[in-house]
Amino acid sequence: MELFTGTWHWAISGFLIGLIMLVLTYFGKTFGMSSNLRTMCSMFGGKKFSDYFNFDWREQKWNLAVVLGSIVGGYLAIHFLSSENILQLNPKTIALLQEIGIDNPNGNLQPETIFSLSSVFSLKGFLILLGGGFLIGFGTPYAGGCTSGHAISGLSNLQLPSLIAVIGFFLGGLLMVHVIIPLIF
Amino acid sequence: MKLLRFFIVGVVLGIVLTKSEAVSWYRIFEMFHFQSFHMFGIIGVAIATGVLGIKLIKKKELKDYRGLPIQIHDKQRSFFRYIFGGIMFGLGWGLVGACPGPIFILLSTGLVSILVVLGGALLGTYIYGIVKDKLPH
Repeated sequence: MELFTGTWHWAISGFLIGLIMLVLTYFGKTFGMSSNLRTMCSMFGGKKFSDYFNFDWREQKWNLAVVLGSIVGGYLAIHFLSSENILQLNPKTIALLQEIGIDNPNGNLQPETIFSLSSVFSLKGFLILLGGGFLIGFGTPYAGGCTSGHAISGLSNLQLPSLIAVIGFFLGGLLMVHVIIPLIF
Repeated sequence: MKLLRFFIVGVVLGIVLTKSEAVSWYRIFEMFHFQSFHMFGIIGVAIATGVLGIKLIKKKELKDYRGLPIQIHDKQRSFFRYIFGGIMFGLGWGLVGACPGPIFILLSTGLVSILVVLGGALLGTYIYGIVKDKLPH
């Protein structure tokens, strides 16, 4: 049972993600989760403000079905396939977190320091969550895709633009984690 | 019913990303510190599986489920939008430790904070849609 409830091995997980991309390709679609942000903006009346949202969002219903399914999948995984033994991090990472002042996992997927209700209701905490979301929401359509659209779909098709985007993802992530996070926490 | 198969693909995706802990802020932090092979293994094997699959589709000219030829589109050529948009995305990914897929999946944890992240992401895409013609691409 621990095989299912513990951390899934990277090889099995990676293989399944690659397979999901291929199954969607077989269904005549492209694996890309960030397109849903654009679709939602279009659904919620974005059409009036920009041509970018002026398309028939109903054609994207299939992708919204993927989103809905993934939320249900997340729920099933957390409630029926969970174990105390998750997130066996590198001891060096644990020490680093302590040094910066971010709480260790203790069975949670997200640190309390950033995701607790009390940080949502503090100005700094709220701005971190909103700002992080904003950078993702703005950066991904600008770059034309996210981890699924570029790193998985694009690189699988050996696309140079996707490689440039993925290099950008890492430059941004490294800068945030090594320079900015130690400054703001 | 046409949407059911996509819903099922989504369920599998949600389970895999949660159980592999790719949805966890900690795994992303650890990845950007190069202190674990876990995330690199996931992404690497996903790409390797994808590369082989796409090669096979192209070589054998496989048809999709309706019997139509599978078309795989090339990305538009450019440099600026990919590097600059990519860096913005990476900054957000490093800070809140979730990319768009996991942001949706984490709604299932019931954390209010994830709603704030999603709200920020929708706002970001919204503003992008409004200012995009003024940005270099």
